[in-house]
Amino acid sequence: MIELTEKIRDIAKKLLKDGTVDVFIGYKKGSVPMMNEPVLIRNPDEADLLYWDSNCGLNLCNYLTGRTDRIGILATGCNSRSIVTHIIENQIRRDQLYIVGIPCTGMIDHRAVNRAVGHREITDITESDITFTVTGKGFQETFNKADYLQGNCKVCRHRNPVEYDEMIGEPVEEQKGIEPYSDVKNIEKMSCDDKNAFFRRLIDKCIRCYACRNACPLCYCPTCFVDESRPQWVGKSIDPTDTMTFHLLRAFHCAGRCTDCGACERVCPMGISMRQFTRKLNRDAEELFSWQAGLSLTERPPLDTYRSDDYNDFIK
Amino acid sequence: MGDKIFTKQGWVESLRGLAGDYMVFVPVKEGDMYAFRHLDNDTKVAFDDYHNTRMSPKSIVYPQSERMFEYSLDKQDPDCNILKEVPKTFAPQAIVGIRPCDAHAFQISKRNFDTPEYRDPWWVQRYEATTLIGLGCNSPRSTCFCTAMGGGPFDEEGLDVLMFDMGETYLVRALTDKGEAFLGKLNGGRSADKTDREAALRLSDHVRDGMPDVVPVDPIRNKEIKDIFDASFWDDVAFACLNCGTCTFLCPACWCFDVQDEVYGREGDRIRNWDSCMFPLFTLHGSGHNPRAKKFQRVRQRFMHKFKYYVDKFDDGFQCTGCGRCVQFCPVNIDIRDVLRLMSDEPPVRLSA
Ligand code: SF4
Ligand code: SF4
Ligand code: SF4
Ligand code: SF4
Repeated sequence: MIELTEKIRDIAKKLLKDGTVDVFIGYKKGSVPMMNEPVLIRNPDEADLLYWDSNCGLNLCNYLTGRTDRIGILATGCNSRSIVTHIIENQIRRDQLYIVGIPCTGMIDHRAVNRAVGHREITDITESDITFTVTGKGFQETFNKADYLQGNCKVCRHRNPVEYDEMIGEPVEEQKGIEPYSDVKNIEKMSCDDKNAFFRRLIDKCIRCYACRNACPLCYCPTCFVDESRPQWVGKSIDPTDTMTFHLLRAFHCAGRCTDCGACERVCPMGISMRQFTRKLNRDAEELFSWQAGLSLTERPPLDTYRSDDYNDFIK
Repeated sequence: MGDKIFTKQGWVESLRGLAGDYMVFVPVKEGDMYAFRHLDNDTKVAFDDYHNTRMSPKSIVYPQSERMFEYSLDKQDPDCNILKEVPKTFAPQAIVGIRPCDAHAFQISKRNFDTPEYRDPWWVQRYEATTLIGLGCNSPRSTCFCTAMGGGPFDEEGLDVLMFDMGETYLVRALTDKGEAFLGKLNGGRSADKTDREAALRLSDHVRDGMPDVVPVDPIRNKEIKDIFDASFWDDVAFACLNCGTCTFLCPACWCFDVQDEVYGREGDRIRNWDSCMFPLFTLHGSGHNPRAKKFQRVRQRFMHKFKYYVDKFDDGFQCTGCGRCVQFCPVNIDIRDVLRLMSDEPPVRLSA
């Protein structure tokens, strides 16, 4: 991780110095363990703030929207797919970007780690290649990173960036034998009532803070439907039906666009498994249209394509 | 009444005996977090293992969504279009195990809800019906900075009773008449003697002395509003911010709300919901103009309100208790302690990795 951090700093310095980019977007080390902070670097002197480890689970593409300058940006597999999605949705131009690809071995699930130490306060985390060690008052424990990956990283099939100008280090091996949608299949087996109960339970702690929506690079509408007041589509209290309306509509807006980056799930202050809302849509996109979001700059997404030779009859 | 000593088990049993007199809230574990819930016969009380609840207990006095009025829109109804106050009860309740920082927060909110000119009827009545039984913090987290905000791990301000966790027992001290009344209803316990009281004092002094004094705040008081408002660091502070409601909704001292009308058929409710200065909608005018249209303006507002406007207006403390929730749970790690350092012209701690 230290070598990667050094490389990121060097590349950022070079890009800023030679004027390839105006700014560089990466992470700085967090003030609390397992929480790194996205940072905008404007000049080479600040590049030493940049930092990299397995606690960079936000999606940096989220910080591109609306920028008009030339941007260097760090991108893992899923982040690069979100950037591709941003480009084909005209939220940023490819020629504004210098994408520094970083092959990814997955991000640490901070909730699982806190659980593993019985919620004692962790004050420090260090990482080696395949393990990490957490320290707190009176304890120190070492874990295998593979056992504590974020849910999305466990089933990731695109650890290597799909689009980049420069790649840091060698590509990593993609995970083999992944069963990517077993969670979806389990829910599909439920009765309608059980599904309803499952999703109601899922969000019973939701406080409508919108961290999930705001962390997602897909949510860039100037005014979100939940914030609209003329007309008002959905109530703003924590009434369970209104909260469910927010969640279901948000998820459908992500259909065929979600890269399963896990940012929505990572940021929820109430620990809600947000990906459960988008996973089924991702699987449908894959099964019905052979589509995984963000893999191609040239192909249009299924939900904005019309083909006269479509094999589905209903559309003709 | 002098201090009393309860065994830990005896304390919980005594609390259960209050069922007819108070609605008692205690911390319980729910999944990965803690929350204040009603104490009933099979509640597993988490006094021993909890640091603090994820959501602050402010919602017990000030719910996230509250129906204030109801009305009919039915033209046939003689009361059509007349707002009627929703009937509420304000039965005595007690929050047992509240941390001193969260009790301090009620004193801060009181400045907003209970002023010489205006008294918010629902907040005030619920607050007055509430007895706050604090549990001193034997092991504050590294994110706690209550002492810098004028409080402390055993601070009494805003509490009616303070509990000291002495290992096997609690030493329980009434601080107000409300607290005396609460303890007067409790069965069991014995009077504390001098040794008990000295042990409690040693404990609280020891913990307090171990608190880091890392957050400089006095310089902010002496600076001009404009100088902080126009400072160059706000863009950087705001960069990562998602403008979500995490910091303000988890905060015990944030009090802002929004009023909404919701109509179902011919009936309507006027509801108030917590609002957040981080939301773009917060300051959106009817004309469409938004004086805080940019993210950095909203981020600046949160900190300026807590550490400058509030200070200049009330000249007594800050609109923050140092509970550390926003430090722990901001999803992008915007650390209020770092922002305070910037506002005080001190370099943030994380200059480089
Ligand atoms: S919906 Fe969640 S997992 Fe999907 S792209 Fe958005 S933040 Fe990532
Ligand atoms: S981040 Fe969590 S609590 Fe906030 S709106 Fe999303 S699901 Fe609800
Ligand atoms: S400071 Fe953090 S918690 Fe607060 S609005 Fe910004 S991202 Fe959300
Ligand atoms: S530390 Fe953060 S959450 Fe706690 S009172 Fe201060 S501003 Fe509010």
